[in-house]
Amino acid sequence: MTEVLLSAEDISVRFGGVLAVNRVSFEVRRGEVFTLIGPNGAGKTTVFNLISRIYTPTSGRIQFEGIDLTQQPPHAVAGMGIARTFQNIELFEHASVLQNLLIGRHTHRSTNLLDDLLFTAKARRAALADREKVERIIDFLDLQHHRDTMIAGLPYGVRKVVELARALCAEPKLLLLDEPSSGLNVEETQDMAFWIDDIRREFGITVLMVEHDMSLVSSVSDRVLAMNQGEVLATGTPAEVQAHPGVIEAYLGSEEDVSSLRRPL
Amino acid sequence: MRFIFKTSYEQDIRLAKHGGHVFWYSALGVFLVLSPWLLPEYWLAQLTFVLIYSVVGLGLMLLAGFTGLFSIGHAAFLGVGAYTQAVLNNHGVPFPIALAAAGLLSAGVGVIVGMPALRVKGIYLGIATLAFGFVVEEVFARWESVTGGNAGLFVQAPQIGGWEVGTGTPFYFLCLAVVVIATFAILNLLRSPTGRAFVAIRDSEISAQSMGIHLARYKTLSFALSAALAGLGGALYAHQIQFLSPEQFNILQSIDLLLMVVIGGLGSVHGAFLGAIFLISMPQLISLGKDWLPAVIGQAPGLQSAVYGLVLVIFVLFEPLGIYGRWLKVRTFFQVFPFYRKGLFKRQKSFQKSDRLK
Repeated sequence: MTEVLLSAEDISVRFGGVLAVNRVSFEVRRGEVFTLIGPNGAGKTTVFNLISRIYTPTSGRIQFEGIDLTQQPPHAVAGMGIARTFQNIELFEHASVLQNLLIGRHTHRSTNLLDDLLFTAKARRAALADREKVERIIDFLDLQHHRDTMIAGLPYGVRKVVELARALCAEPKLLLLDEPSSGLNVEETQDMAFWIDDIRREFGITVLMVEHDMSLVSSVSDRVLAMNQGEVLATGTPAEVQAHPGVIEAYLGSEEDVSSLRRPL
Repeated sequence: MRFIFKTSYEQDIRLAKHGGHVFWYSALGVFLVLSPWLLPEYWLAQLTFVLIYSVVGLGLMLLAGFTGLFSIGHAAFLGVGAYTQAVLNNHGVPFPIALAAAGLLSAGVGVIVGMPALRVKGIYLGIATLAFGFVVEEVFARWESVTGGNAGLFVQAPQIGGWEVGTGTPFYFLCLAVVVIATFAILNLLRSPTGRAFVAIRDSEISAQSMGIHLARYKTLSFALSAALAGLGGALYAHQIQFLSPEQFNILQSIDLLLMVVIGGLGSVHGAFLGAIFLISMPQLISLGKDWLPAVIGQAPGLQSAVYGLVLVIFVLFEPLGIYGRWLKVRTFFQVFPFYRKGLFKRQKSFQKSDRLK
């Protein structure tokens, strides 16, 4: 369980004068749930975007299974076994749930253009195999009900699950979840915690997530990394990080801040 | 209301989803095969035009309706196909080879035009393709040794292995065959990974990319396939019209093509055909209506453009999903009668809302 799957070494990224991520290093071990926490604007999503190659780090390296991710083109990341969800849900709006999930299988495609145009026996076999895989995920996440519904007609909570399902359809080694519980109600958040736990246990997928809901974080994460203003504050178990003075300061402010706000009596 | 009880994945990937599909499309097929004997010559010629424009429409639908890339210079691809066909045909190249060459050359040009599509987005892509359309039209006019320039170019009847395909019925069947093949190719594409990748790019580039879709490759591919179909359509067009001149492939033609897919219904294969029917039947209806209108309006120049513009505005305002979208609503109304409600098809207006990536 201690083998390192993903490691970030001293990554920094600068947008003009803003240093969004400053010399951040961390390691995600195979099979664990690793969570990034921190106040808004701490650079958590930026770290995600660096891993999925939407941004290129100004300096530093990100290694996935010993391969330097920063040298890979953005579309190759999925093929290496990294799937992700987005904070503001990026589903394919004008396609059905089933089609969305099938697009998730893109990295496993075995047909070429000619197979597709003629819909050869090979393409047919591939289509059937893909459907079987997708149905398994649909069963796992209880989406049977919405299989043929257009995304545009689905409520927010279901879209969140569909996005998770789409990422799972890629059969990734590492799953990046950007705020899986944002916009969900208490019950849906509990379901999400249950699924994240199952994803790790049943499918053996390593999870890296950004999350604000501390009850979800402490119930599923093995290790937590707290960030503030682009820098690492603390790494450790959920309890350790929550007790860390720097983390408390980042969320609640320091003793001096508090006393300066106090009205003199 | 029809309920489909699915018991196998096989059923899910089948093109005809239920008995109704089989029946109605067979009926349509029978009608199309029998039309040379059912329709007068003039209407058969119009039907041939509908078929030709359907091929082009399928191409543009793939690009605009399924990949979300708008081309305002599609007449250029039509022209490349038409001139390639005409020149090769007049040099005695057999029809199938000339047709393939027309499609391939158009696809090649499509790849070249697809290159800027990787860098520019939305309206800028529209302008880039518009400019390309002007360039190509100019080439047709200036390259007199090949295209005959503004004087035009006569196209001889197509030859297949020594057999001359005459106008009328034989040529109609030729067009029908091309349409059927093109339609099946597009339908197959849409139920397989390539087509789904196009749809993914249309709806969200950022997540398409993170699903492992090579944006540049698929956008170029979409341009190439779309141009190839436009080229095939152009080749058939050359034979149908028998005389080519550069102004047939100008901006107005491009706009007609775009109008065709928008009015037909973006994002549906049916839309390409409905749009083609609209595009061909509209001038007929206008000329019929002319006699009923007062002379000031009826004889005014530019009446057709005005009507087209008006129809486009009406569709964009009231029926963005086009004729096919309207048909879906009407069908649903009867299927769920009396439970149809107004908001049933209301969707968030999110077409192309997502960020475009470079």
